[in-house]
Amino acid sequence: MNKNVNKGVNKELLKELVEKYKNESGALIPILQEIQESFGYLPEETLIFVSDEMDIPLGRIWGVVTFYSQFYLSPRGRNIIRLCRGTACHVRGGKRLLEKVERVLGIKRGETTPDFEFTLETVRCLGTCFLAPVIMINHDYFGRVTPGKVENILQQYIP
Amino acid sequence: MMSDVSLSIDGKRVSVQKGTNILGAAKSIGVNIPHLCFEERLSPISACRLCLVEVEGMESLVAACSYPVAEGMIVKTNSARVKEARRVVLELILSDHPLDCLTCEKSGSCQLENYAYELEILSSRFKGEKSHYPLDKSNPFIERDPDKCILCGRCVAVCGEVQMCFVLDFAQRGFKTRMSTGLDRLLPKTSCTFCGSCISVCPVGALTEKERRFKGREWELEKVSTICPYCGCGCAITLNIKNGRIVKITSDPEGYVNEGWLCSKGKFGFDFIHSPDRLKYPLVKKGGELKEVSWDEALGFVAEKLKKIKEKYGSESIAGLSSAKCSNEENYLFQKFMRAVLGTNNVDHCARLCHASTVAGLARAFGSGAMTNSMAEIKNADCILITGSNTSETHPIIALKIKEALRKNGARLIVVDPRKIEMTKFSHLWLRQKPGTDVALFNGMMNVIISEGLHDKEFILKRTQGFEKLKEMLHQYTPDYVEGISGVPAHSIISAARMYSKADRASIIFAMGITQHTTGTDNVLSLANLAMLTGNVGKESSGVNPLRGQNNVQGACDMGALPNVYPGYQSVSEERIREKFEQMWRVDLPQKVGLTVVEMIHAAEEGKLKAMYIMGENPFLSDPNSNLTRRALEKLDFLVVQDIFPTETSEYADVILPAASFAEKEGTFTNTERRVQRVRRALEVPGQAKADWEIISDLAVRLGYPMKYSSPARIMDEIASLTPIYGGITYERLDKRGLQWPCPNRDHPGTKFLHQGRFTRGLGKFHPTPYREAVELPDEEYPFILSTGRVLFHWHTGTMTRRVKGLEEIYPQNLVEIHPLDAQKLSLKDADLARVISRRGKVVIRVKVTDISPPGVVFMSFHFKEAAANLLTIDALDPVAKIPELKVCAVRIEKCTV
Repeated sequence: MNKNVNKGVNKELLKELVEKYKNESGALIPILQEIQESFGYLPEETLIFVSDEMDIPLGRIWGVVTFYSQFYLSPRGRNIIRLCRGTACHVRGGKRLLEKVERVLGIKRGETTPDFEFTLETVRCLGTCFLAPVIMINHDYFGRVTPGKVENILQQYIP
Repeated sequence: MMSDVSLSIDGKRVSVQKGTNILGAAKSIGVNIPHLCFEERLSPISACRLCLVEVEGMESLVAACSYPVAEGMIVKTNSARVKEARRVVLELILSDHPLDCLTCEKSGSCQLENYAYELEILSSRFKGEKSHYPLDKSNPFIERDPDKCILCGRCVAVCGEVQMCFVLDFAQRGFKTRMSTGLDRLLPKTSCTFCGSCISVCPVGALTEKERRFKGREWELEKVSTICPYCGCGCAITLNIKNGRIVKITSDPEGYVNEGWLCSKGKFGFDFIHSPDRLKYPLVKKGGELKEVSWDEALGFVAEKLKKIKEKYGSESIAGLSSAKCSNEENYLFQKFMRAVLGTNNVDHCARLCHASTVAGLARAFGSGAMTNSMAEIKNADCILITGSNTSETHPIIALKIKEALRKNGARLIVVDPRKIEMTKFSHLWLRQKPGTDVALFNGMMNVIISEGLHDKEFILKRTQGFEKLKEMLHQYTPDYVEGISGVPAHSIISAARMYSKADRASIIFAMGITQHTTGTDNVLSLANLAMLTGNVGKESSGVNPLRGQNNVQGACDMGALPNVYPGYQSVSEERIREKFEQMWRVDLPQKVGLTVVEMIHAAEEGKLKAMYIMGENPFLSDPNSNLTRRALEKLDFLVVQDIFPTETSEYADVILPAASFAEKEGTFTNTERRVQRVRRALEVPGQAKADWEIISDLAVRLGYPMKYSSPARIMDEIASLTPIYGGITYERLDKRGLQWPCPNRDHPGTKFLHQGRFTRGLGKFHPTPYREAVELPDEEYPFILSTGRVLFHWHTGTMTRRVKGLEEIYPQNLVEIHPLDAQKLSLKDADLARVISRRGKVVIRVKVTDISPPGVVFMSFHFKEAAANLLTIDALDPVAKIPELKVCAVRIEKCTV
């Protein structure tokens, strides 16, 4: 996980990111992705900064970030849990797995824990049906997860 | 010429230019294809799918708005298949529409409503979720109802393409898609300028004028076409009236000058007409108090007083200020009254404060002091040099033409301005000179042009004189030398010189940043030099183009409301001309050139001037050094003010005469491009107010001079008979598009651009213009330069706009712009109160910390009496044009601790 997530907007870093793409046309989406990767979401001030520096109207940037589901406009957990609700995972007990994760974290899907450690999302398929049921945390895959393993897995991400 | 393509539409043959779309081709033969997103003035959006038509040989229906015609194409616009497709499209739109047509403001002009009727749709077969968003009433002008939005995208297109403001865009996706602003901010928190163009293109009731709510249905509105009374653009507006009150302002897309686009003042700035503050009865000061009296008494009193003062002190002891807000006919009568009835040439008006140096400078260089080219031509220029004009705020519609040139024509834009005005956002080069160093800078550009051989040798040889002297003078103005004076890097001067001189059609646009200096005439002459040097005069889309400030300041000058000329710039000193006017007016006329605006104030203060007649002007706020103006007005024996409102000036008046506003009278205004246009009466006057022309005529008669006209049209007939440049102008001819002078006879079509083939004065004349410093420069005691000007949301001394609720809400107080570095030194933050002090006065004003003005320079507008910029400005004059230096004076700034 990136160390800058949820630590406020590091202006130097933001400048660096934008500088990299400044003279490229069509670079808006990669820039937004990098900003989100660094800060965990897209804080308003980063959008304003991109608009000013890249000379792209704020309204247009707003259109892009609200169009794509990959962009987030409010803070998310330091760790993103993607729990698969695809067919294979469902057959292999995905639903019980979700209930367990929700119980352990005390949040529903789509929500973030109050300490901003975890955000829980469900996805349609992670493309790893052979590991069903699957949970992905940040960039790590966990296969053949049973409700009993959930606490141990989550424990690894608590500092 | 592009080749023609012929095709068949609904069985009719039609031939149109290649590249035309089907919708356009159909329209040309009177076949109207329904459409919602398409707008002729915008690029095709192709979002609504309502304009689907059948093209033989093609499997699917095509969108007529964006599908280009092809040879031999067979199009059916009304087949059963097409009709069914349209019905589906419309029903889908209607499935998520509130259908509150009973009380929708758009009802009667709603395109969705009209098409539903046309296609006989009773209800939508599609049932489902409907959008529910809150109504946005966050600003005083535009009401947004997202539920009614059909997502056609016209507002996005106009905001981006035409206005280049880019405030609106689509947000979200799928069913949740809606029009939004960046970060979903409310409009006042965006860069929205409230031009209202989005309202004017919205086909449904999603965007409407907030103030019109429940004030009248579309079919109840009486519509009167007239001309906007604010700036010199001269936009065509339509007053929409119910029960004697203006409900809203619209503009005809066919309007020649503005193509239906307006700015916030033109669209929303009309509350003032119905303001309870309007003057309704003549007022005469009795025992120190103003008392309502009859017209008979008031005019009788004025006539008697003027007569006595004339007898006792002579004609030269009386002066008059005419008005650039009034019509041509009224300005004509006013100067005739001063000259023929009172016997003095002491007549001037506020043009002295804005473009006197233009009139003087261009008359010397070219022979005519007006904008050389037309507004519409700007669109086709290759290079545009804007200097001393904050175009997007002071002449918003001309800014649109510049933006169009940039967008459609790839024009290069050079901005020469100390302030980071909005147009610098679009410029390819921005030269930020120190205020008052314009002449040096243009000399520097010309030095580069000559040394690199980029000048137009043939043009110089055939069309001009005085080149050698200019060349000699320019010798010392090398880029490095000029960098030292102006602060503009030498390489930028070189780039600008190349960019301007290499263009085929280069247009110079300027305004008060050039003229309001003690070197104003020189500034203008140097621009004229630059244009002639490169052959950029006398051809289309080029020229030297002063943007005139007031709605009719061009006309007031044309009508001879100036101390040295009769109508049509005919000199009062020339005997032959004076005799012509003496004959026509049947009276002896004075020979002596009269006093200019600031000279009148000086003369009044010295006690030489005894009486003044001020029509529609507010010198107390508009003239430099207000404390001096106050002393002068106090000292007068007799002051008559004729206006639509009580003003800061009328506080000193002995008689106040209530006048009609532009909406209550007939007449003509001449816009900045010399276009004479008709102003039409739409409303009754409040109380006993009278049109200015009627008041002047009555007064003349009381002073024993016959002045009777049945209507302003008859006054124009007299103007035409005496004024060669207006010779062919009659009301009948003005009806549609107006006429651009010179228009010497009734068969003449008017003149689009001046000096074609020959300058008005014969040969164009180069005037060497060595650089001179401003009169008052910063020093230890007064370390800042103060520049003054206007802002978008207000007009002049605020008499009108400050009575418009919405404009006051958006821009309620004067602000002094200070650069962040200076603010830091003075420990000032945004919105702090500061005291700005010059050698002549001081004001308390709120601070706006911004990098718009450079360090060392502060800027404030002159619209606000509470913080009047002209208490500070200097009454030093340009020696030739007598224009005051309103753009440079020295001030100091102190933090105010209240």
